[in-house]
Formats: sequence, C-alpha cells, structure tokens
Amino acid sequence: MTATPTTLPHSLIRSRTDARRALVDRFFRGLCLVAAVVGIVPLFAVIGFVVVNGAGGLNLDLLTKAPKASGVGGGAVASILGSLQLVSVATVIAVPIGVLAAVYTSEFGGRRSAAIIRFSADVMVGIPSILIGVFVFTFLVLPFHQFNAFAGSAALAFLMVPVVMRTTEEIIRLIPNSLREASLALGVPAWRTILSIVLRTGLGGILTGIMLAVARAAGETAPLLFTALGSRLVNVGSFDKPMDALPMFVFINARQPISALNEQAWGAALLLLLFVLTINILVRIRTFSGRRPR
Amino acid sequence: MTSLSGPLPGARNRSSRAPDRLFRGAAAVAAGLVVVLLIAVGVLLTVSSWETWQRFGLSFLTGLDWDPVKGIYGALPFIVGTLMTAAIGMVIAVPIGLLTAIFLAELAPRWLAIPLGFLVELLAAIPSVVIGLWGVFVLSPLLRDTVEAWLAGSIGKVIPLFAGPSFGVGIFAAGVILAIMVLPTIVSISREVINAVPNSQREAMLALGSTRWEMTTKAVLPYARSGIIGAMILGLGRALGETMAVTMVVGNNPQIPSSLLGQGQTIASEIATTFSEASVGLQTSSLIALGLTLLGMTIILNILARLLIRRVAGDGVGMASGG
Repeated sequence: MTATPTTLPHSLIRSRTDARRALVDRFFRGLCLVAAVVGIVPLFAVIGFVVVNGAGGLNLDLLTKAPKASGVGGGAVASILGSLQLVSVATVIAVPIGVLAAVYTSEFGGRRSAAIIRFSADVMVGIPSILIGVFVFTFLVLPFHQFNAFAGSAALAFLMVPVVMRTTEEIIRLIPNSLREASLALGVPAWRTILSIVLRTGLGGILTGIMLAVARAAGETAPLLFTALGSRLVNVGSFDKPMDALPMFVFINARQPISALNEQAWGAALLLLLFVLTINILVRIRTFSGRRPR
Repeated sequence: MTSLSGPLPGARNRSSRAPDRLFRGAAAVAAGLVVVLLIAVGVLLTVSSWETWQRFGLSFLTGLDWDPVKGIYGALPFIVGTLMTAAIGMVIAVPIGLLTAIFLAELAPRWLAIPLGFLVELLAAIPSVVIGLWGVFVLSPLLRDTVEAWLAGSIGKVIPLFAGPSFGVGIFAAGVILAIMVLPTIVSISREVINAVPNSQREAMLALGSTRWEMTTKAVLPYARSGIIGAMILGLGRALGETMAVTMVVGNNPQIPSSLLGQGQTIASEIATTFSEASVGLQTSSLIALGLTLLGMTIILNILARLLIRRVAGDGVGMASGG
C-alpha cells in the first residue's frame, strides 16, 4: 500500500488493518509450526532414550538365554519365542476372518449390512485392548481354570481382525470393475474371480495391512495380562500353558527395583521398537505418495 | 462397487453354483462374526459382572472404597482417576494436535507435510509399554523436577488441586503420557477431515482477500467442525482406555488423589495391576464391572465420534488409531 493519506484516506485505514491482519496471520502460522515441532519431540525423545538405554541391555544373552527360574540373569528367549508363537497363531486366526469379512462387505453385502459391519469394525478398534483381555478371559481362561497361550492368541486376533478387514476393504475398492467383469464374462465363477482376480490383484496392499496388524499385535501387552499371563518357562509349542511375550517382559522387568532387570527391560524395548518401526517404515515407503495404507 | 450377488451370468449349471454359495456363506460368517464379537463383549462382561451389580447396584459407581479384604467395592476412585488423567491429556493434546493438523493440511509445503505427518503417525506405532518405560525412567523424574516443582511452588500454594508433594510418578505424569499417546489420533483424523473440506470454500475466502489464517479459521474449520470434534472425542476415548503406559506412571494408588500431582489409579490400570491375582468371585466380578463401565464410556464416545467424522469426511477415515 503506497497510497498517501491526503488523496486516499480510506486506504490508510485499510493498510493499518492489513498490517495487523498480516501480523496475526504470521503469528498463528508460526504457532502452527511450533505445535507441529512440539508434536514430534516425544517421538524422538522416546526413540533416542530407548536406543541409548537399550543398547547396553540388548546383548547376546538377552537374545539367546532363557530367563533364570528366579532372581537376576538369563535372557528373554522365553518372551521372544512366546511373542513369535502368540502373534503367528493370532495372524492365522485373524487374516482369514478379516479378509473374508472385507470380501463380504465390498463384494457381496447389501449397502445396509455392509455399513453395519464396517461400523462394528470401527467401534471394535476403539475398545480398550485391556477389555479384550478381560473378554477373552471370561470364556477361554475362566472355564478351564488355566491361563493359556491360546487365549493370548485369541485376544491378539481380536485386535487384528478390524485392522486387516478395513485395509483389505480399502484395497479391494481400488480394483477396477473391468477386471471383475472380464473374468465373469469368461465364465469364471464369482468365488474364483474374487480369489484369483480381486484378491490376487490387491495382494500387495492386503499384505501391507496384515503387516501393520502384526506390528500392532506384537507390541500389545494389556490383552495378554490375563490370557497368556506370562511365564519364565519356554513353553513354545503348547497352547494350554501360560506363555510370555516381549512386551510383558518389558513391563515386568521395568517394575522391578533392580537395575540389572531394568536394563533388560530397556534392551527388550529396543528390540520391540526396532521390529515395530521397521515394519511401519517399510510399509510407508512402499505406499509412499499413494494413499495412506490404514 | 460391483455387487456379485444375485444370479450370476456364468453360472447356469448347478455344479458351479455350490462353491459360489459356500464362498459367499464363508464371507458372510466372517462378516457376521465381527458384529457378533462386538455384541459378545458387552454381553459377556455384563454377565460376568452380574454378582457385583446385584450386590451394589448403581452405588458401585459412586462408592468411595475399594477394599477386597472387607469385600466392599466402589468404583469412584478409579473413575475419578480416569477422568483426571484423560482431562489433563486432552488439555495438552487438543490445542497442539489441532494446530499441528492445520499446519499439515493447510500451511506446510508438501515436502514438509509428508515426512512430518509420517513422524506424527509413527508415534502411534510405538508400543504403549515402551512409552511407559520411557515415562517411568525419563519423563516422570523430569516432570517432578521441572513442571511439577514449579506448579507446587506457585499455583499449588493457592489452589490445593496443584499442591505438592510431587513424586514424578502420578496423575499429572499419566496425563502428559496420555497427551503424547492421543496426539497422533487427533492430528491424523483432524487432518483428514480438514483435507476433505472442498477447495471452493478456500478459494471463495481467498478471493475475498483473506489471509491464509483467516481462510483457515473462517472457511475451513467451521466446515470441518463436527469432524474435528469427532477426532477429539476419538482421542478422548483412547485416553480413557489406554492401559500400559498409564499403569506404569500413574502411581497405582486406589484412592481419589487430592491433587493433580498426587498418585492415583485409573479403571484400566486397576484392572491391569490386580486382575490376574484377583480371587474368583466378587473381586473378579467387580473388576469386570469396572471394565464394563469403561466399555460403556468408550463405546458411546466411539459411536459419537464416528458419526461426527462421517458427516464431514465420509466413510473410511480414522483407522490410524492403533493401540
């Protein structure tokens, strides 16, 4: 604004408000930037401290030794193998249910029923994971008077189903109808069209969703507390005995007033973090510039 | 969306119809299972906590004492603890989350918005127990020596709610941890909702000579309002149910704390710390009754949030909120 007050008094007033408006604009834009920076500080703080404190605890002993029956020492083999079994079994249960449910809502179901099922899955994601543990406890632990690995897997599967279902659905939606029509026109039955055309085409995306669900399940502690319970014994292969998992190892050792055990907790946390972040970063690189995968 | 239901063009002969029906049936069962499981959670928790509801009725929710030895169970200390920690979390996370979402959706250039958005969402991927570990050994001592010491020494002398002593581990630390944990939910969903606002809104406002910030507050945010509120409610639902990190930093004291710096217990953390050792019977039943209370709160909030978000951004938003 270069107008002089004598010729255009109006513009002077405007330029003063304009200056103020520009200042407000700048201030709040700056504030937004600050907020965004503050928002990512915890991420780096957590990762940084886990790497620094965990580097000492993440040693060969932790990876190769079973925990001692009592006291300090040993490693996290029972927890690592336990996590592997719990999450693998959960994946085997959750993937078919999640994928089939997605096939139903996007290929078969009517508008209304599909909407209800989708909504249920969304609400399911919002249930606190500890309550999933309580829920599974009431029908897979209480009747048998025994905490068991299968109950732990069932609880993790419960968490994975909606994630697998919703990601699969989003992928299936992106597959052009012409592919389905071409297959059906060739006389291929609907079930084969879905299996070998629709799901085959979307396989990469579906695997991405499964990986995210696995990463989530691998980090969960709360649903395992009263299902798999945790154990110092290496019970891999059994379904009816208590079983440990890596997140529970972190939780239990962090609460002991013994620094050697705390150090093991940091080491195990680093291991867990490496696993979860690797999956998430790989998934993101794969789907970079595309739509968000979840 | 193609519908493959109804008579299929290529399926004249009966032999090819049977597998189709089977496949369709299997898909329907899997889809039905999702709904059935959701209902089953509510039903089983109600049935398993029946003893408690029969014994105490609704006064279970207002009872002040939780004493397994005397067999008295009142949930109020845990309900208050849950609400206090969640409130602190929301007070911190909402402004930061909303401003971050605005930055990512409206202001930041693409080369910055993509990695920054990714980093914020990566925070949601970190397991709760790892954040809890960091909370116990790093954040709590830091808060005790800085923010909490300052609060206790200034405002705390006038308002008892902020009075010391501060232990580090306690309600306030749990609230800060919750703020960190719900931030990704609030940011990513608000951001998607803001992105769903049609560009004509922005163009019209800019054409009137508005600044970027005026455009955002006067044309974009009002349009996205219900979705942003939905994002916050979804964050609140997560804060109420968050378990491991809170359990590790809240102090595990089953009483109503007199100060925000005091130690308390939330519904989720009480269940986490005592459930596996609870005696079968009234104690287990009462813990499940606590769980049912939490389930009620979170499900209502979730349904409300989804409906609000759907109004602005349509279907398929908001799967980012992991546990």
